[in-house]
Parts: sequence; structure tokens; C-alpha cells
Amino acid sequence: MATVTLTPKKVPSLRLEADNITPDVFAGKSAAEIAGLHVFTGNTQELLGDYFTVAGSAGATAAETSIVIDGDASRVKYIGMKMSAGDILVKGNADMYVGAWMLGGKITVKGSIDAFAGTGMTGGEIIVDGDAGNYLGAAYRGDWRGMQGGLIRVGGNAGSDIGTFMRGGEIIIGGNTDVHVGTHQEGGRIVVKGDCKSKVGGQMVEGEIIVFGDIEVMMPGFQYRNDVDLEVDGSEATFALYEGDVGERHPKRKGDVVFGKLYLKY
Amino acid sequence: MAEYLIRNGFVYDPVLGIDGDKKDIAVKDGKIVETTALSKPTEINAAGMTVMAAGVDVHAHVAGPKVCVGRNFRPEDKLFNSTPQAGIKRMEGGFSVPTTLRTGYNYARMGYGFVMEAAMPPLFARHVHEEIRDTPIIDEAALPVFGNNWFVLEYLKNKEIENTAAYIAWLLRVTKGFGIKNVNPGGTEAWGWGMNCETVNDVVPYFEITPAEIIRGLIEANEYLGLPHCMHVHGNSLGEPGNYTVTLDTLKQAEGYTAKNDFGRDTVLHHTHLQFHSYGGTSYSSKGFESKSKEVMDYVNKQDNITFDLGVVTLDETTTMTADGPFEHHLSHMNHLKWANVDVELETAAGVVPFIYNPKSYIAGAQWAVGIELGLYAKDMMKTYITTDHPNAGPFTRYPRVIKWLMSRAAREHMLEKELKYGDSIRNTCYIGEIDRELTLFEIAQMTRAGPAKVLGLSHMFGSLRPGCEGDVAIYPYNPEAIDPSRDPELIERAFSTAQYLIKGGEMVVKEGDIVSNGSKRTFWVDCTTSENPQVQRDISEKFKRYYSVTEANYEVSGHHYVPNPYVIEVDASQ
Repeated sequence: MATVTLTPKKVPSLRLEADNITPDVFAGKSAAEIAGLHVFTGNTQELLGDYFTVAGSAGATAAETSIVIDGDASRVKYIGMKMSAGDILVKGNADMYVGAWMLGGKITVKGSIDAFAGTGMTGGEIIVDGDAGNYLGAAYRGDWRGMQGGLIRVGGNAGSDIGTFMRGGEIIIGGNTDVHVGTHQEGGRIVVKGDCKSKVGGQMVEGEIIVFGDIEVMMPGFQYRNDVDLEVDGSEATFALYEGDVGERHPKRKGDVVFGKLYLKY
Repeated sequence: MAEYLIRNGFVYDPVLGIDGDKKDIAVKDGKIVETTALSKPTEINAAGMTVMAAGVDVHAHVAGPKVCVGRNFRPEDKLFNSTPQAGIKRMEGGFSVPTTLRTGYNYARMGYGFVMEAAMPPLFARHVHEEIRDTPIIDEAALPVFGNNWFVLEYLKNKEIENTAAYIAWLLRVTKGFGIKNVNPGGTEAWGWGMNCETVNDVVPYFEITPAEIIRGLIEANEYLGLPHCMHVHGNSLGEPGNYTVTLDTLKQAEGYTAKNDFGRDTVLHHTHLQFHSYGGTSYSSKGFESKSKEVMDYVNKQDNITFDLGVVTLDETTTMTADGPFEHHLSHMNHLKWANVDVELETAAGVVPFIYNPKSYIAGAQWAVGIELGLYAKDMMKTYITTDHPNAGPFTRYPRVIKWLMSRAAREHMLEKELKYGDSIRNTCYIGEIDRELTLFEIAQMTRAGPAKVLGLSHMFGSLRPGCEGDVAIYPYNPEAIDPSRDPELIERAFSTAQYLIKGGEMVVKEGDIVSNGSKRTFWVDCTTSENPQVQRDISEKFKRYYSVTEANYEVSGHHYVPNPYVIEVDASQ
């Protein structure tokens, strides 16, 4: 595994659009070649080397390439966008669209991330020690294909609209979320260890939402079914199972109507 | 203006009967001329390339409110495919609902010069014309929709052809329209009452008229006026399994009518996107569906006053949009994606739904087969036109792919064997597997240029390289002596996607594959003079006072702003 280390040397005046920071793009390139990749600030095209000191060199393929951002990237967007393999470690914060449309590999962020992380992702892992912003694992604006596979794990809190149009994969939030969880969800699993505010599972068709804490205001479209014992992410507990959103259409499978499942811990 | 001499290309011109002969084509002052008329031409070496008149598209949805709804509610259609401005090109984006700029550029890249916007809601004609104006290079026109219009329904109910014609002439003038479009006759109005017209004999509520009467009445009005284009119909029950009988009933309405016009058009009914109307069976599953393209074409081939376009499904993720409101509602309940609907007061409606024609599903593959079969069963290619009902069955940028499928059996077999998951079921339920025919470049030229130009009444300007026609010439990197369609079908698609040169109106627009000019696009419309008709004038004023939310004075598309570069076709129907 070859490692490329990017050390921030200048704070961008506008947000830096750096979708080139992926193992796929870096693969097979030297430090000088990587420093020569383009980034955008607004409509101005600049070089990655203008903002980062590049050390090390990439492996022959994405899978053999590690990227370390040794510092704060709070103003750097699209880190790991569309990456298929390899890994990225961000030692500080990262801006929007971390791992958007990601296919595989792993992104670890020690700090917090902004909105739209994991947009439309189909595989791989995003691990965040701090907080996540809004629209985590959601669909691109207008699209109906949110997160479809892979894992997003957030140690802290998440914002609003997480897992919108989610169709597969798993999102685990260590802390609390804001409003709108799993809106239009059609598959996959969202686990919230803390509390949710309201509008959880609105227009949900299929999939699971598991909440360990409280939901401040339940959606009226969910109906209590029964209690179940579950082991979730290493801890066992008893949950109340609600099904919904009954206001939405639901497919039939083997004669039974399939609902979205909302588990609320006692 | 510039002079061009296009030398040594393989020329295909069905009007002149030129079938791949090596010829020189001359352009001067915006027109095709004899080569002897040139003095100091710029020479273009077209050796080893195919030369045709620029393409003419008879039916596409490229401008107006429903296209704009599609663009607005599908930001994902532009995701990762926008390109920044470069040279004379401005920024372009979008796949199934491209921006106006990309629309113009992409047609030019395919060597097209004229496009008919197939459905203009009269009340929103200004919007249509604003987008047409903003679409560079290609000449365009728009067909206002009449098949659910209250004036038309009321006049035709009383068999008042003269009044219908007078109203149509008035509407074409105020909306700067080109001809008569007839979408789901009566059905869209019926939907306002929670119903539909599923056959040509279903009665429209309140108006008490049938689709058959609307179709015949509009044909009669069209020929009464002598418009350049014929009545252009999208029949009832689009997309429904078993609808081919409705289609045959629709086509039969043209029996007994002959074309009366001064534009060389000899047909009275154009049925659009026939693919969507040639289904048998009772469901969309492989056990319940069958192609009826052969049955439909058996009828069409016997008629001499009907034309049609294919509407080939291209197996893409696209955006459906039509004035057939009930159909879009139905579609949104099948795929559970976004749905937009607009009612246009007194006149029409429209719906928009994204749609994925998935090659892994049986029905999308079967729909693909039906469209191609229609083209292969057709006998008169001057009456058979290539379309994808853009963007309904697929984006217009797939025309080169459709040409490939029509020209190469190997390309079709590749689809059935490799690309489509249910190739075997499609062979069993459709005809595609048993058809050997491979269309020729001459036939493709008929289907994409000479034929559409003729049915639009524009054969004096487009579709041929005859001296006197517009200087619209496309040159494709396709060497018919070197390319074998059965072995290299991909080269067909590539060549027709990337015209090496397009000369439009005598001006070089595409040079060596690059857009080098935004051209001088024109908007065509038909100014039809009728004798005074006080009753229709009174009815129009009355309807505006009683029902419309705009005044009559604010309805008209004023030419100088909305149609800055018009080409007006005068028709005198006052006698």
C-alpha cells in the first residue's frame, strides 16, 4: 500500500472543489503529477499543488493507494467522490460531498463533515468520528436513487434529511439527528443511537429505521405491530416495531404487503 | 455569401434518384446551385464520405413549457454531463431534456437542419417560441395542439368544417404555428372529467363527440385550408397492450380523403410514434404481450395517403412528456417516480414522468423490437420516418443508433443475444428475429430527409440537393465502399453521430466535427388567409371574455420579440 500525504498549505478563498482527490485518480501518479491535478475555486481552475504539499507517491491501482490529508479540509469538497477502492484518511474536518457516488474503498474522517456525504453511494465505507451534516447518504437533488450500498458510520450527531431515498446499505449515527430521517426510504437500514426530532420515515416504502433514543414527534403514518428483541450493532435490546408509512404505496411480496419498519427502543 | 464546392462524396438524394454516386455539390448564396454557377468556391474534399441534404425531423419535443418542466424537475438529467462554454459554443447540459443550446448543437452534430416541435399548447406559445429562438442553428416550427380544444370540439360536433378551419387559421396566425397536431383526440379533455377516450368511438363527456369525428374533422379542415403539413395525430390508448386495433381504427379515418395543397404533399394523415400504438396482448409481461407491428404495417402499406414515424425505444433513462395527460398519470403509477401535470385552460394539458427503459426488463426490449419492426416492414420509405418521439422513447441523439439497427441485422442480433435479458422471449412474442431486411443508405436518406420534408410540405426547400433547395448539406465520415454494415455496425452509429461538415443555409456550421457557427436559425410558421368569418371572430371574443384568464390582446405571439427571424409560408384559403 503506497501512501500519498496531502498537507494543507493555504486556506482557499472560496470552497475548493477537489473531486480529483481519490485513489482512482491518484493511482499510478508521482507526487509532482498529483500536485499538477486541477481543482476549482468558483469558476477558476487551479492546481492541487497550490493548496497542498504533496508527499509520497500513489500505488499502481486505486486499491493499492492510500491518501492522507494531514490537516483541516473544512473548505475542501468532493473528497473521495466516485472512488472505487483504496482508502482516504482526513485528520481534520471535511466539507460537503465526502464519498459521494462512492463505489468501494474506505474514507475515514477524524473531525466532522458537511452535507451530502455518501450521496448515491453504492459501496464502500465512510467512517466519521465527529458530526455529519444534512443529506447524509441521500439522493442527489431530484434523483430517486439515494445510498444503495455500503456503510456510513458517524460517531457524533447528524443533521436533517439523512437517508432520503435510501435504497440499500447502512447508516449508523452514534448521536442524535435533526428532522427527516429516511424520507422516501425504499431499502437499507438507518440506526440512530440517540434521539430523532420528527418526521422519521415519512413516505417510507421499505427498509428499516432503528432508534435507540426518543422520537420527539412520531409520523401519523406508522402503526404499532408488536415488540421484538434485536441485536443491533453489538447491543441487544427490546424494541417496539411500527410499520409504515401507511399513506404510501407498498409492494406485495409472496402475498404479504411489505412496509417500512421503524423500531423504537423501550 | 460564401460559396462551397463539396467534391467527390458519395451522394444520396432520393428526390434526384442519386444512390451513392460520386458527385460534386455546389452551394452559393444560401442555396444549392449547379456547379457551373460557382466562381471562387471554398472546396471541401468529401472523398470517402457520405453526402446528403441536412436531416429533417418530423416530430420531437424540444421547446416549450413541458420540456421546461422536464428540465426543472430533473436536475439529475444534467448531473456530470454539462460542458463549459468553449469557442463560439455556450455552456450545454442535459441528456434526455437538454438545454436549448445543446439541442441545437446536437442536431447540428448529427447533420440535421430542420426540427418540428411536435406539440405547442397555444396558450403557452410564447414560451415555445422563446425556447425555439434560443435554440441555435436549426430551423424550427411548432404544431399547436387541436384535438382537445373547446372551439374545435364544439365546431366539429356540429360538423362545421369551415368554422373549424377559420379558427385553425386564426390560431396558427396568433401562435405562429405550423400545422395541426392532434394528441389523444378527445381523451385529454375527457380526463378533465376523470375519464379517457380509449377507442375512437368513446364519447367525450359534455362535448358529445368521438375521437373518430375529431380526426376526420381535422383532416377535412386541414385540406380545406390546404396547409403544407397534414393532420398529425397521436392516437388514443398510447402504450396500452392490445391497442393496435385502436390504431387501425384511427388510420382508417383517413380513407377516402385526398390531399389538397400547393406544397407537393400527397398524404392526409401522419401518425406519430407508431411504435407506442402497435401492441397486442393484454399485459406487459412476456406471457401477455405481443408485437402487432406486422398487422399494422399490412394496413399502412396498402394505403397511399398515410405517413408515420417510428418512435423507437432506445433503452435509455429518459423523460416522457406528452399532451396525453391521462397516459402520464398512468405511467407515474407504474414506475412510482416523479409526476408533473399541467392543465392548459380550454386547450390541452401535459404530463411529465421520468422513465427508464431497462434492457433487463422484457417489456422495454419488446418495445424496442416493435419500433424497429415497423421500419423494416415498411414498403414506402418516403412515408416512414425515423424518430424516437424525443424524449419519450429516447433522446434524439440516438437516431444514429436507430439507423444502425435498421441497417444491420448483426446489430439487431447483438441486441437480442447480448444486450437484452429477455432476447428469447422477445423473439417469441415479436417479429424482429425473423426479419432479414437491412435498410440501405438511400432508404435512410428517404426516412430522415426527403420523406419528412415532403410530408411537412417543405420539399421545395429541404430534403434534397436539387439546385434551388436551401444550402443545407451534411457530410458524414461514412465510406459505403469500405464499411460493411453486417460486420461494422458501430461505424454506422459513429458516422451519423458526428457529421464532419454541416452547411446550413449556405453557412459552414460544423467543420471537421466541431461547431464553428451558431448559424442563422429561422422559425417557420404558416400564415393562412381565409375569408371573413364573423361567427368565429365572435366566438373567439366570447370565449376570451367568459373563460380565458388572459385577454385576447395578450394572447398573440408578437413576431418581433418572439419570432425575430421568421420564415412565413403564405397559404390562401379565401377562395
